[in-house]
Amino acid sequence: MSTASQPDQGSPVLSARGLRRDFAGFVAVKDVDLDVHHGKIHALIGPNGAGKTTVFNLLTKFLQPTAGTITLAGHDITKAAPAKVARMGVVRSFQISATFPHLTVLDNVRVALQRPNGLATQFWRSLSALDQLTPKAMELLQAVGLDNARNRLASDLSYGRKRVLEIATTLALDPKVLLLDEPMAGMGHEDVGAISRLVHTIAKDRAVLMVEHNLSVVADIADWVTVLQRGQMLAAGDYDTVSKDERVRIAYMGTEHE
Amino acid sequence: MAEATVQPSKTTANRIEIVLIGLGVAALLALPFFVYPIFVMKMMCFALFACAFNLLLGYTGLLSFGHAAFFGGAAYFTAHAVKVWGFPPEIGILTGVAGAALLGLVIGFFAIRRQGIYFAMITLALSQMFFFFCVQASFTGGEDGIQGVPRGTFLGVFDLQNEHTMYYFVAANFLLGLFIVWRIVNSPFGLILRSIRENESRAISLGYSVQNYKLAAFVMSAALAGLAGAIKALVFQFATLTDVAWQMSGEVILMTLLGGIGTMAGPIFGAGFVVALQNMLATSDFPVTIATGLIFMVCVLIFRRGIVGEIYAWLERRRGEKPE
Repeated sequence: MSTASQPDQGSPVLSARGLRRDFAGFVAVKDVDLDVHHGKIHALIGPNGAGKTTVFNLLTKFLQPTAGTITLAGHDITKAAPAKVARMGVVRSFQISATFPHLTVLDNVRVALQRPNGLATQFWRSLSALDQLTPKAMELLQAVGLDNARNRLASDLSYGRKRVLEIATTLALDPKVLLLDEPMAGMGHEDVGAISRLVHTIAKDRAVLMVEHNLSVVADIADWVTVLQRGQMLAAGDYDTVSKDERVRIAYMGTEHE
Repeated sequence: MAEATVQPSKTTANRIEIVLIGLGVAALLALPFFVYPIFVMKMMCFALFACAFNLLLGYTGLLSFGHAAFFGGAAYFTAHAVKVWGFPPEIGILTGVAGAALLGLVIGFFAIRRQGIYFAMITLALSQMFFFFCVQASFTGGEDGIQGVPRGTFLGVFDLQNEHTMYYFVAANFLLGLFIVWRIVNSPFGLILRSIRENESRAISLGYSVQNYKLAAFVMSAALAGLAGAIKALVFQFATLTDVAWQMSGEVILMTLLGGIGTMAGPIFGAGFVVALQNMLATSDFPVTIATGLIFMVCVLIFRRGIVGEIYAWLERRRGEKPE
């Protein structure tokens, strides 16, 4: 098996060792080692049911690992609560689009912006207290091209634009590590290009871990690829190395190999 | 351009809203000269109760099936504080509200650990325990309840025995309660509550400890329901088991659904409607529970958004059609 850590990257921002999760006797994830580095895109690929989303849930503490350790910038976060992990700068997206459907586009972003300001607990103030966040929110919306939709309800946006809104909301937290669960899933061709460029830009100032099925996107923007199969690491390396790996080909082609 | 067309219609909507609120308050002030004041006071108590409940169901997405504990509990606390301890009405009400908030803290603490039907069942179970406590405890007077609660004099100045003085005292509390609900809903905190209602996992992933927000909303809702119950105890001058029974929890759900979940005015109309209906049917032979049951079914089957919710949706559709 290839080594998990990427050479010459310095110390990773988010790191997992020996990650394991059992569900009532079924081992969903076993012995997974991952490193996510600042300024790099790390893609997690594998067939359906390989445990990619479970790994995401473990890293963001939506699930508690049965064994293994997770560290963020050297701090052990294996036992931390999910909201705590998010506050420490590890922010995830979800496989299905995760917006607040009946809030406006602007409010979707402002929800994220108001937490660090201590506004979130203020029940005695008017909503206009959030006006101070509007310029920053608009800046984020502008960056993803949603500024013209600020007053629309998130539920009225097209699927692709919902995912873009989700990314803008996530960026509002200025996360150290961004975990994207299939950001291109269910998207048309033009949208895939736009999002993949967006992810590429985002990754310049932070670490990105991305689950993605679209291998051409992975080939394009991922600096490092980890392949999972049946909850275990099958291979890891840059895209060229991994794509030439015989076991990976078999896993992806299924029984069609000779 | 879209901006330019949206903005003015928004301010006219606001202006209409302000006019409607003004008319509502004026009507509220004039009403005791035309209608039996006790009847309107009863409506206000239940309207506030429903609004408090809606803070949780409509704006946080939590369906409590135990709100009678806060409503009826506060009625007992206030009645006891005023009658036995001889507290003035304002302190009596505060005692009721504080008691309801405390109950809310305890029940909410356990309930928020679960979601959906389990949440509802925990609130039901704990409120039934409280009901049992009220049946057994000596200070509640068991089946008799606490009778003959004195209304006292508000701030030592306003004699609440006077029906009109009492009415305006209740109206002031009612408006204060509504204002608090409105303030919470339309605050930065309220936006977080709505985001939890909309997508809880997403709120967590943005770093919000949603349990704390839910508990805070639960306690606020319980305290406001307590305010309604405390006032009711003073209006009717008694506190009984009826107000802590699970049927009362069901009734407030009915009122809120009927009026429109997640709207400010909905629960007020829903409560007014149900109370008026109960009053009308009280003198007829037709059983009230069958009538409310039928109305509930019609509401759930035909206007799912409730009375006010349907009106809003209709206005929304009309506004949407106009520009085209």
